[in-house]
Amino acid sequence: MARSVASYISRHLDRQLLMLITVVLIIGLLTLHSASGGNTARTLSQVANILVALVVMWVVANVPLHYLSRIALPVYVFGLLMLIGVEFFGEVVNGAQRWLSLGFTRIQPSELMKIAVPLMLAWYFDRYESVLRSSNFLVGIILLVVPVFFIAKQPDLGTAILVAVAGIYVLFLAGLSLRLIIFSLAIAIGSVPFIWSTLHGYQRQRILTLIDPSTDPLGSGYHIIQSSIALGSGGLMGKGWLNGTQSQLDFLPERTTDFIFAVFAEEFGLLGNLVLMFLFIAIIGRGLVIAANAPTLFTRLLAGAITLIFFTYVFVNIGMVSGILPVVGVPLPLISYGGTSLVTILFGIGILMSIQTHRRLVQT
Amino acid sequence: MSNKIELRDHQRELYLFHVRLVFTAFCVLVAFVLLLGRFIYLQVVQHEHFRLLAEQNRIKVLPMTPNRGAIFDRNGVVLASNYAAYTLEIIPDKVDNPEKIMDDLSEIVTISPKDRQRFLKLLETAPNFSSIPIRRRLNDIEMATFAAKHYLFPGVHIQARFLRYYPNGQLTSHVVGYMGRVSKTDFERLQEEGNATNYTKSDTIGKSGLEKQYEKELRGLNGYDHVEMDAGGRSIRKVKTIRSIPGNNLILSLDANLQHVAAEAFGQQRGALVALQPNTGEVLALLSLPGFDPNGFVDGIDSAIWEELNNSEDHPLNNRAVQGVYPPASTFKPFMALAALELGKRDAAYTMNDPGYFILGNSGHVFRDWKEGGHGQVNLRKAIVESSDTYFYELAHDLGIDAIHKFIKQFGLGRQSKIDLDGEATGLLPSRAWKQRRFKQKWFVGDTISVGIGQGYNLATPLQLAVATAALANGGRILKPHLVKQIENSQSEVFKTVSPQETGFVSLKEEHINLVTEAMIGVTKPGGTAAMAGYKSQYEFAGKTGTAQVFSMKGQEYKEEEIDERLRDHALFIAFAPAENPVIAVSVLVENGGPGSRAAAPIARKVMDFYLLGKGPKLKNRQP
Repeated sequence: MARSVASYISRHLDRQLLMLITVVLIIGLLTLHSASGGNTARTLSQVANILVALVVMWVVANVPLHYLSRIALPVYVFGLLMLIGVEFFGEVVNGAQRWLSLGFTRIQPSELMKIAVPLMLAWYFDRYESVLRSSNFLVGIILLVVPVFFIAKQPDLGTAILVAVAGIYVLFLAGLSLRLIIFSLAIAIGSVPFIWSTLHGYQRQRILTLIDPSTDPLGSGYHIIQSSIALGSGGLMGKGWLNGTQSQLDFLPERTTDFIFAVFAEEFGLLGNLVLMFLFIAIIGRGLVIAANAPTLFTRLLAGAITLIFFTYVFVNIGMVSGILPVVGVPLPLISYGGTSLVTILFGIGILMSIQTHRRLVQT
Repeated sequence: MSNKIELRDHQRELYLFHVRLVFTAFCVLVAFVLLLGRFIYLQVVQHEHFRLLAEQNRIKVLPMTPNRGAIFDRNGVVLASNYAAYTLEIIPDKVDNPEKIMDDLSEIVTISPKDRQRFLKLLETAPNFSSIPIRRRLNDIEMATFAAKHYLFPGVHIQARFLRYYPNGQLTSHVVGYMGRVSKTDFERLQEEGNATNYTKSDTIGKSGLEKQYEKELRGLNGYDHVEMDAGGRSIRKVKTIRSIPGNNLILSLDANLQHVAAEAFGQQRGALVALQPNTGEVLALLSLPGFDPNGFVDGIDSAIWEELNNSEDHPLNNRAVQGVYPPASTFKPFMALAALELGKRDAAYTMNDPGYFILGNSGHVFRDWKEGGHGQVNLRKAIVESSDTYFYELAHDLGIDAIHKFIKQFGLGRQSKIDLDGEATGLLPSRAWKQRRFKQKWFVGDTISVGIGQGYNLATPLQLAVATAALANGGRILKPHLVKQIENSQSEVFKTVSPQETGFVSLKEEHINLVTEAMIGVTKPGGTAAMAGYKSQYEFAGKTGTAQVFSMKGQEYKEEEIDERLRDHALFIAFAPAENPVIAVSVLVENGGPGSRAAAPIARKVMDFYLLGKGPKLKNRQP
């Protein structure tokens, strides 16, 4: 009986992904416990977040794929309408117009677009699977550029880039011609001075600070300087769990959320970093294998895009904490404190699991 | 859509997809290698650099001010010590509006307008991160009240500080001096000396007197607390403590009770008194009146008191004993007499007629004796006992300025005695060369005449007169006067004793000294100018009165009661006792006191009485 319940529950869960995720989540909880200075309340709250997110993952993993492909268009249109709504009726918070008030709650439509855009593109390319032409890619690019434009205009450059990257992954995997890619890259590089001129002051400052953090040691540079000190002083073996001075003595800002990797690296050193990197590579590898084996173009593109978005979060976050990328508000998947991020990530993992476990059903 | 095309395209799409997937996998790996490279750079290559930065973040080194050495008199009476007091302090950096904080604070502890003023003055000069006292010496109730409401006042805290206390504030104010906050100039000087690391800008430093002179001995060495602090500056724990080394104690040769007796004898009068041990140069008393309360300077003096001290006509901050210069007047005469005897210009038998004036050769210029009608037939003894001016006018004329200067210079007049106090005046023993330098003028014979009675260009500090008097008492040895007798090392508790130091010697025939001493004893006996002061003395003492002109009457008659108090003559008296075997030499100056016989000599008598017989008012010990 128990056995059959267990097998029912785990029927649509990918065992390898589940194991890897569990290990990373445990590492995350340990690090969070240290980062919050032994504040059990925060750790427990994250445990609750994890449980909710795991339930979401389980539910999504059990959803057959054609349901997902059906909601792609409505979700995209809904998201886009909300973005336009933000443009005209949005609330201004901290100088940026990102929130849409629904009376009972506020939502940030740009967050929705992180999933809606790749979903939409995957669905669109899947419809023209056999006869993909340049015109289809043109439509794809337009489907991508429009929401990115509205998000960048809010302004929320970080999210805009992440949404754009998610869409580009789909375009790339769908077979966008290499010539076009190189051409676009050339245009992108060529437009850097133009983009620079449209950037807001704080955005420019973030990039300048990255190049030389010491120009603003108490302002934007403070984050990077302190996290570099945390990483560097961790050394080969780290200072030991709960013994990181940078983290325990409050020198690291946002150390339970965006900068939690600095806490980990300070306390567990290069050795810990290698282990964590290995786990992330394994998750990404597994995601790519799932994408490679996916039965339809829609699932292939979706699995590939989700995996690469996961990779992007990991890379951007760690790159930011270790000072090779500008400070953009991207949490470290599975480790950073916060329910939204966890639910989003495990939602994606759930899709991967669904793709993997519903494969045979589709093929037969 | 035909099945065939779909299949072919499907295969092609799948192939393309796989190629691109492999390419992305490769890119992912490259990205991770990039991160790994960054980790190796930060955690291995630059590890030492960042480890140091993390330590600097974590550990703050807080200097701990050492306990300053105490100052005692020769009998162990405390002249300067420290007491622990709780002060309420504000760190300006952590406070937005100090004025508002003070208003709020004044509701729970008393903050006087003076406290406010002082705080604002310190706020201008002190660096922002230092802690600035707003109220000193909190009482227990205020401590408890503030402690309960501490959370309402971030940036305000209670600090236990050692404050300097001078139990006999006024009495020894010029000797001991006072303390004040390290000023910018102090700090620059400390940097030049290489001692700046031993001070923080909120520390206090000796500003005058022995506190300044012996700063290095008294200060001690800073200790350091290595404290682990979080980013908000809250200390978590002490990592390491390097203990401070307390400063060394000073034991003075000064006798505070003797000083007290002298001060009582002066009453409300202004002036100075110096008492020395003739055989050692030890300073037994060094008094300048009026004094001031050095306790007022301890933690920043408020500007009203400062203004008052600085602008007062009485100049209470000046140490008259070493910085004030006055004509030695008739106290100069014993030295003139010795010059005459040693240089063979006079002997005991030489007698001249004193008609009450001296006419200078062909010029016809008349120099008056202080006594109308003169002293009649005058020999050297009588000239000293009765203080005949005419005798010394003639003598000065016979000696000439060069001989006078050359001989009397040996007694230390016209140069610093090198006492262990700051800012000593040089005084002035006039000479031809000096006048040429100073006025670009040659010396006139007429200039010499008034020099003979200690007037004219003559200027000396009371200390110089005491040193010269001590030389009369000890047979011609010029000893460097010193206030500090011993320095007690705070660590080894070993006493370092300052030994007497001879800075000059006047070769004098014994019969000459005896003759002058005998005449000076006569001064204190009936018929002498200080007969009143010597009345019924249980011991014999030698003395000489002096009355220094402050204001020339230009031929008019000097009537004390008719002229402004501040234009009246200064009263002087030098003495040593007991005459046959002197143990104390004294010089007294009473500003605008009138004749030396009346104003100055009785003070010297009281001081000698106390020193030799123990008679006089006793000093009471005071507590902070």
